[in-house]
Parts: sequence; C-alpha cells; structure tokens
Amino acid sequence: MAVLNVNGKALNHTADPRTPLLWVLREQLNLTGTKYGCGIAQCGACTVMIDGVATRSCQVPVNSVGNRKVTTIEGLAASGQLNKIQAAWVAVDVPQCGYCQSGMVMAATALLAAKPKPTDADIDAAMTNICRCGTYQQVREAIHAAAKA
Amino acid sequence: MTIHQTSLRRPSLRRRGFLVSGAAVAGGFSLGFHIPFDGGAAHAQTVKELNAWVVIHPDDKVVIRIARSEMGQGTLTGLCQLVAEELDCNWSKVTWEYPTPGENVARNRIWKNFSTGGSRGIRESNQYVREGGAMAREMLIAAAAAQLKVPAAELTAANSVITHKASGKTVTYGAVAAAAAQLEPPKEVKLKNPKDWKIAGKPLKRLDTVDKVTGKQVYGIDFTLPGMLVATVRACPVIGGKLKSFDAAKVEKMPGVKKVVAIDGNAVVVVADTYWNARTALAALPTDWDIGKLGDVQQETINAMLKEGLDAEQAFVGNKVGDAKAAIAGAAKKVEATYSFPYQHHVTMEPMNATARVTADKCEVWCGTQNGEAALAAASEASGLPVAKCDVFKQLLGGGFGRRGRSDYVRQAVLVAKEMPGTPVKLIWSREEDMTHCQYHPITMAKLTGGLDAQGNLVGLQVRISGQSILASLLPQNLQNGMDPVVFQGLAASGVEAAYGYNVPNLLIDHAMRNPHITAGFWRGVNTNQNAVYMESFMDELADAAGQDPLAFRLKLLKPKWAAVLKAAADKAGYGKPLPAGHFHGLAQVMGYGSYVAGVAEVSVNPDGQLKIHKITAATNCGHVVNPAQIERQVAGSFAYGLSAALYGEITVKDGAVEQTNFDSYNLMRIDEMPKVETVLVPTGDFWGGVGEPTIAVAAPSVLNAIARATGKRVRNLPLMHHELKKGA
Repeated sequence: MAVLNVNGKALNHTADPRTPLLWVLREQLNLTGTKYGCGIAQCGACTVMIDGVATRSCQVPVNSVGNRKVTTIEGLAASGQLNKIQAAWVAVDVPQCGYCQSGMVMAATALLAAKPKPTDADIDAAMTNICRCGTYQQVREAIHAAAKA
Repeated sequence: MTIHQTSLRRPSLRRRGFLVSGAAVAGGFSLGFHIPFDGGAAHAQTVKELNAWVVIHPDDKVVIRIARSEMGQGTLTGLCQLVAEELDCNWSKVTWEYPTPGENVARNRIWKNFSTGGSRGIRESNQYVREGGAMAREMLIAAAAAQLKVPAAELTAANSVITHKASGKTVTYGAVAAAAAQLEPPKEVKLKNPKDWKIAGKPLKRLDTVDKVTGKQVYGIDFTLPGMLVATVRACPVIGGKLKSFDAAKVEKMPGVKKVVAIDGNAVVVVADTYWNARTALAALPTDWDIGKLGDVQQETINAMLKEGLDAEQAFVGNKVGDAKAAIAGAAKKVEATYSFPYQHHVTMEPMNATARVTADKCEVWCGTQNGEAALAAASEASGLPVAKCDVFKQLLGGGFGRRGRSDYVRQAVLVAKEMPGTPVKLIWSREEDMTHCQYHPITMAKLTGGLDAQGNLVGLQVRISGQSILASLLPQNLQNGMDPVVFQGLAASGVEAAYGYNVPNLLIDHAMRNPHITAGFWRGVNTNQNAVYMESFMDELADAAGQDPLAFRLKLLKPKWAAVLKAAADKAGYGKPLPAGHFHGLAQVMGYGSYVAGVAEVSVNPDGQLKIHKITAATNCGHVVNPAQIERQVAGSFAYGLSAALYGEITVKDGAVEQTNFDSYNLMRIDEMPKVETVLVPTGDFWGGVGEPTIAVAAPSVLNAIARATGKRVRNLPLMHHELKKGA
C-alpha cells in the first residue's frame, strides 16, 4: 500500500511502484478525467500538475511522485466552482469530442499560473497538446479570455 | 419503452449523487461510472414518450433522443436544435439521450439510421427529426386544448408554454405531457419555414461541454462495471497475417494476469485486473506470426504497383464528356503532371476500445461507435447470439473521423468476453496497436493531362487515378461490376453528393484499381481529399500554362454554385488585392457531402524554406445553416485535420507492416502551426448539405497552390515535410 497526494487528499493505492502515474490515477483511484493518448509523453492528454507544474503523467513512475502534490482535472473545480480556465472553456465553447481537453485545461491552468497574461508565443510554447478535432483556435481564444477574466 | 440508464447521458448533478453513493457502497472498488445493465431497475423514471424523439417530464425537462453518434462534430446539438425548433420548447430545458441500437431493431428501426459518417447526421435526418418535434408539439397543443376546453386552433405554443390568447390562460408542456402522450399522433405536420427559425439556425452553445472540462465525461475507455477485467490485444503486425504460436506460460504468473487467449487466429489478448498489468504482460508474451509472402511487401512495392496503373489499359470510367484524348492531342498546348497521396491514419485521440459482457443468453457492449447498428451486428456475430439478445450502449467518442465506423474492436472485445462468461471485459488497444491496425486512408496516385487552345481555354482534360479502393477493402459487395464509384468523390459526373464543378468540353476521369494488402477505409473527407489535391493543384498548373490568374481561370469553367462559393471565399480573403510582403494566396474548391466549399490560404515561405500558414478564409454553402458557431468550429477543425495530413501525414509499409507506431513517428499539427481560420457562410437555402467533412479537401490544395506562388515550386507528392521549400534548393 502506498499513498499519493491527489487533489488535496491522501489516497491509497496498491500499484506496482513502476506503474505510470496515469494508470494509477485511472485504474486505482478512478480519476478517469486524465486520459491515455499515446503513453510516450507526446500528446498531452494525460497532463496533470505536480506541485503546480504541468506534467505528462504517462511517463511518470508512481514511485517517483513521493509526497508531491498531484492535481488532476477533477481537482480544479473541487469546490463546485469552475476555475478561470474551465469557465473560459465553457464560455468560448472550446471542446469538440473533448478527449484531449482535460490535458488542454491542465496545461492552460499551469500556463496562467506561471504567466497571468500570456502572449500568443507563450501559448504556442506551453500548449503542445494534440487535438485532432482542431480546437486550437478556440483554445487560444479561451486562454486570452481567461487571462482577462 | 425504457431507455436503459446505461445508455443515457446523466445531468452532472445526478451523476455526482450517484458517484458519492457508489463510492460508499463499493467500498473503494471501482468508484467510477458503473451502473449495471439490469433492465429498468436503475431507471426510476417512467415518463411516457410523446414519440420516439421527444420525452417531456412533468418538470418541463425535455429529453430529445439522438440516433447519430456525437464524436465532436456537434451533431447532437444541431439535431436537438432542429427538434426543439419544431417543438417550440424552452431550449434551456433540453437534454438528450441515445436510444440503443437494440431498441431500434426492436422498434422496427423507428429512429432509422444510426450510422454517423459521410457528414450525414443533419442533412439526412433533418426532415424526420423535425417532424418528430412538430408532431409532439401538436399533441401537446391538443392535450392543452382538452384541458382548457378551447379549440386547439386558438392556442399557440412557444418556449414550452401553450397560451390561449383570448382568455390569457397558459399551461406548460410539463403539465400536459402525460395527457399528450396518450393521444394519437397527427397524420401530417407542416414544418416551419427556416426563415422563421428561433432555435435552429442560431449560434447556440453545445449541449455537451461542461463535463468535458471537468473530467466527468465518460468515454468508452473510462467505462467501468463491477468486477470488470481489462484486456489488451496484439494482432499480427502484418495485416492479413496469422498467429502461429504464443507462450502463455511465460506471462500467466505475472501480476494481475487472469487469462491469455488467441482470437480470430490472428491476435493474442492478455486479460488482467488492470490495463497496465495486461499491457506489461502482453509486452513480455512471446508470439510467433505467419506472415507468408506479405512480409516481402515494401512501400516501394506498393508505389510501383500504383505507378503501373497510371498508364494501364484497363480502368473504370467515372466521368466522361466528349473525347478528351483527341482534344488533348489536337490542343495548342499540353500540360501533364503526376501526383500522389499517401496512406493516412485517423488518429482518434481515444484509442480503440470496447467493454463487453457475454453470458449464455445475453451480449452487452459499451463503446464509442460511429455505427451502433454495425456494432450490434458485430456483437451478435462474435457472440453467436441472435441480435435480439444483444445490445450496444453507446458512449461518447474521443474522436471518430471514420475509424469508429468499423467494428473490428467490438468484435475482439466480444470474443474475449465470451471466453469469460458473465465477466465484463474492457478491451483497450495501445496507441501502437491502434497506429498499426487501422483501416487507412487509401493510397492513390493520379496523372493529369490537359490541353489548352491558343487562347488558353481548356479544351480537354484527362485524369487517371491509380490506387486503392475502399469498397474493395471493406465493402466488396458494394462494388458495381468491379468499379468503386466512391473513388470519384468530387469528380463525379452528376449527383447531389460530390459532383465535379468544372465544365470541360472533353473530359475523361478513370480509375485503375490497385489494391495493396493494407486495409483501406473511410477517413474524414474520404476520397475528396486526394481528388481535390489533384484537381485543384492541376487547375493552378493549367492556369499558369494559360498565363491566366487561377481564380479567373476557374471562374470561366465552374458551374454557378461552385463558382459562387469560390468567389465568396476569394472576396472575403481580399484575393487579388495587395498582401503583406512575402505573403501569397492559394485557392481551392470542391463539392463534397452535398455542400460546396472553397478555401483561400495565405502563406509565406522564408529564405530558409520555412513555411508559415498565416490565414485561411473558408466559404461554405451547406444549403441550410443549423448552427453557425458549430459550423465555424467544424470548418476550422477541418483545416487542422487536413493540414496535419498535408504537412506530416504518411503511413508507410516495411516488410509488410505499418512502420509508424506512435506520435513520435506520425506527427500532427499543434497549436503553434494552426492558422487563423475565418469562416464565411453563404447558404442558399435550397438543399441540405453536410459540414463535418467537405472543407478538409480544400486545406491541402489551397496551401500547395499558395506555396507554388511563394516559391515557384509545385509540390505534387505529400506530405510536405519531405520537400525543401528553400529557394534554389
């Protein structure tokens, strides 16, 4: 039995220590908002924050997390209130299929925490997530909207 | 009738309530979305439907049934708008649910076609879903008339309220819905003139957004049942090869492993307690494959096969006017060019998956599918149970793009679950399995030959397509005397689907079918994609040879509807007016999926050969506009999809197998490369066209034409990443 600090709670799991954080979140802690897309840290669908840093959880062995704070998409509106990014995402009507959007929202939340008024170049550099529906134009618009909110 | 709760979208509040109690009951095991399929037990409401499309609850909640699958394209919101428009209900009260394919079969296909492809959702079901809404409204009015004891003709309905103007009395839909549901539906209803629409035609927000930004949205891959096991599969790396042997004993003792099984003679599956354990064991499982001569097939083998077809004698004629060969032979100037378009992968963000539970007398499947009824048929076939004992509970799709129209992954899940009767098994494909076992966008080449007269008029045009047929690969029963008519999408002689827009006095478009062993399938936009690359690139080449502007050259040849949409795009883009230094425009147009579309790309290529796509202006005439905001998103997304293919998309074959295995070897466009897309809607209101696909076809050729203007280099073989755009290189 090991403990992970996820969304402000200490949660127990029994996964092999080398299991990627992604699969511990999804299969042991039932936090399925974090998605599997590629498993090689390319697509960003599995993005979570570890101590506030956007991180691709498919390439993070769970035993490397230690007692650092993991925030998943489920942790952003834990009190029932959407965060600024989520609210902007709804206002701009960003998602299409939505599968990549957890990762997009996490990456954008981390970006705004680091750079409250990101430029287009900042967005280009931080938002390396793949979206196959092509929501990129709305993602950019929503990040700028959230920065102004 | 009962719609099983498992097939429904739950409002988030109710779902949260369930999760809390589920957590308490299950004691930490499998806390997610796991409502057992046990008939109506979990389904508390017994509100009688007004008809197959509409259920209204006493609290005025409106539930609209959607037969097509939502995969990001917005069809469920658009279809709800059409029903709600005729229903005259309060849009804020609208929610939706999926009937199951099994229920459709049981009710004599009352919801008609579930298939979601070919941009068909709205264009092919608008009439009957609007009638469903209108009939429900008439029944509500009739029930209100009875309750208020006034003639129905004196009542008006709006915003879920029925009003008797003379007396000032009102009743809500919820108050009369139960009575209305007892009434006979009207024989006929008159649909509204789209000019009077208040809900349809408006840029309303999607109905399925909030759960997608909070992580609550359940996709097939997230679906869970109590006691569920998770499986993962490895099929023969060479499509068409067989499983020779595997050594289950090597992995059976690994953590969490429950079973190792072979299915269909071509794949091996590990079933475990979790995906990660299944995947780890599968990676360690020794397997031996029988690939026979297919192992000798290289990409060069396939390319040579197609090249031979470019000049082959036999070909299927798709479009013929006059005598193209004679006209070209007698022309003042002859232009010829050969193009190619490689295999593409759909790359849905959610890899293929399905959950199945099979017992002696029941087979249930939970999955994302673009074709619920095909998935149902696959479940029946794989389980050996009659269709009446099977059902499919559709989940939202993490992308479809044509890939989830095929039910191979459903079949596999059922075959595995059949090995463990009563135990639900979720089969998840790894990204690597997904990349290497798709039904790929077909590979083709084309040789185009044009003849110009002394004044630069196009007098003859010949297009020889050589390459793969999707129908031959997936639906050989649909070939017409060996010919695949789908190959000619966008180039067809006539029809409301994908007709060729140019008036050419002498024309011959034919297809030499060459089918490599790689499975070909429907990929968003399908054959309009490469056909538009060939035709629209070559139109620019012809215009150059004629010494004419590519827009003027096209407008002389195009039929009115095709010309109008191209002109709309060109006007909006400021085509022909000065651009920033180093920027160049390129044009393309096509008719596809019943709609007319055009794009103008603005690009620059710097001295190092670096391409920047600055802006796209895209015009669409889809006849009727049901939701302009969602069309804009589909159009912009079409450029992300089409330009990813143009820049990077290429599946290649080595030793019979697909070489690309993941996003490190199959690159896709990110936000930094996404151009600004401006959408121009020019609906003519006289037909219903599709939106999800047609625009993809103009993405690549508009950019290729702009690149040719910027660099003088004509790229005829995609993807662009193989080409040096630097001047002089």
